[in-house]
Amino acid sequence: MKALVAVKRVVDYNVKVRVKSDGSGVDVANAKMSMNPFDEIAVEEAVRLKEQGVLSEVIAVSCGVAQCQEVLRTAMAMGADRAILVESAEELQPLAVAKLLKALIDKEHPHLVILGKQAIDDDCNQTGQMLAALADLPQATFASKVEIVDGRAQVTREIDGGFETLSIALPAVVTTDLRLNEPRYVTLPNIMKAKRKSVEILGPAHLAVDIAPRIRTLGVSEPPRRAAGIQVADVGTLVAKLKNEARVI
Amino acid sequence: MTAVLVVAEHDNVHLKGSTLNTITAAAQCGRDVHVLVAGHGAVRVAKAAAQVLGVAKVLHADAAVFAAGLAENLTAQVLKIASEYGHILFPATAYGKNVAPRVAALLDVAQLSDVTRIVEPDIFERPIYAGNAIATQQSLDKVKVITVRTTGFDPMGQGGNAAVEALDAVADSGKSRLVGRQVSEGDRPELIGAKVVVSGGRALGSSKMFNEILTPLADRLGGALGASRAAVDAGYAPNDWQIGQTGKIVAPHLYIAVGISGAIQHLAGMLESKVIVAINKDPEAPIFSVADYGLQADLFEAVPSLCSAL
Repeated sequence: MKALVAVKRVVDYNVKVRVKSDGSGVDVANAKMSMNPFDEIAVEEAVRLKEQGVLSEVIAVSCGVAQCQEVLRTAMAMGADRAILVESAEELQPLAVAKLLKALIDKEHPHLVILGKQAIDDDCNQTGQMLAALADLPQATFASKVEIVDGRAQVTREIDGGFETLSIALPAVVTTDLRLNEPRYVTLPNIMKAKRKSVEILGPAHLAVDIAPRIRTLGVSEPPRRAAGIQVADVGTLVAKLKNEARVI
Repeated sequence: MTAVLVVAEHDNVHLKGSTLNTITAAAQCGRDVHVLVAGHGAVRVAKAAAQVLGVAKVLHADAAVFAAGLAENLTAQVLKIASEYGHILFPATAYGKNVAPRVAALLDVAQLSDVTRIVEPDIFERPIYAGNAIATQQSLDKVKVITVRTTGFDPMGQGGNAAVEALDAVADSGKSRLVGRQVSEGDRPELIGAKVVVSGGRALGSSKMFNEILTPLADRLGGALGASRAAVDAGYAPNDWQIGQTGKIVAPHLYIAVGISGAIQHLAGMLESKVIVAINKDPEAPIFSVADYGLQADLFEAVPSLCSAL
């Protein structure tokens, strides 16, 4: 059984991004880039399923610029067997990525596709669901537990107010939530080993996918700042302020 | 102007409050707002939707295939009527986020996530990078599929009297079934839409202290309980209490952050709150820079005394 895991190269979690002074976008020119944290969880889950003997092969895939190879190497150092880069210097929006991944499903026929639920740059939370729809596959988003039982995936997913468990037919698409697992640290021997694994490079044209953007960004601005508040000396003052000044209690 | 479709979030009994915020956003996109209620035994939900101000028509598909709210079946039902609409809106909750991208992909259109402002019927504002930037984006597609961040729009009020039209339900996709669901029940208001939120961080130290310290305060204020990711990761609070970029986005009248340092990812989930109170021992905690009222104190003493002073 084969799994495809999609990974995105994004500005590192710890970097505080700044809006460009001309309002044309966010300045990421010299920012540290890393694998999207939710995608790390996706890789970890696939590798664990392989270690349990459920999966036989884990293929990491990324769509974007040539430097996405770095996150693919990380995925392979974590345990993915090989990687595919769909290389494009164009802006790739979620619908385009979903179409590229759909073309790879047609090529590789995975039983399971695992993606992070959301990328921490555009915060879209779309690609997994779009891919499932385009490939006519069932989906289990926001997963906190994945088991493969009798040729189906049993997935516990986080919903507002609690959680639910779905049983979905394979092949299927799963998107990961934070508590699915804790990704392993990559070790030096595994980084060395990953260097010998293969990265296949394709272009959107190879896959006959139209990647034209459907959303035009007209501008990017700083969010409104909250005016600085005050420090109160004690609980009594706080209660008085909340009652008389803010009038919220 | 073409009509606007709102896909209602509900649990077959109650119309969820998030739907009301979404209807407000819909009314800014176009004149004719229709609400789709796809449920099982959800007559009460359809009636509730018909009474919301500004709703011109309620479309009600009722069948067992919708009992569990599965994305595959709900998508199919939306697609059946999608050609009538120029905008299709969902609340940006776990429910809406699960379904909207499926609909968009099958219509071959982009989706705009977490929209906080409708600038023009085809131009929208939405936060990116955990709210560190606000993007103004134009949809180039004929149909706009949108998830609406509930904190960006007031809930629409009551006073409507729309007709309810029955729709034939789609067939089951047969690919997904619900095994079980565990949803916390109780008198406490839901986090999304709560007027008061009492939220705790890792400084609470344990699940026991989290409950002992924060529950009385939330009870006293009739508020919901929330948590930082650190507190959730440490196991002090359940997953669905997490507030922040990757958790819930809230904007109560009063947000009380207790023992939360205020990482940017947490601030992304509560910065729209009307009044923010921070209680923290560390004078350098970033939460103080966004708090209207900061109290530098030991939370284990300050919170109980705040509780008895109310």
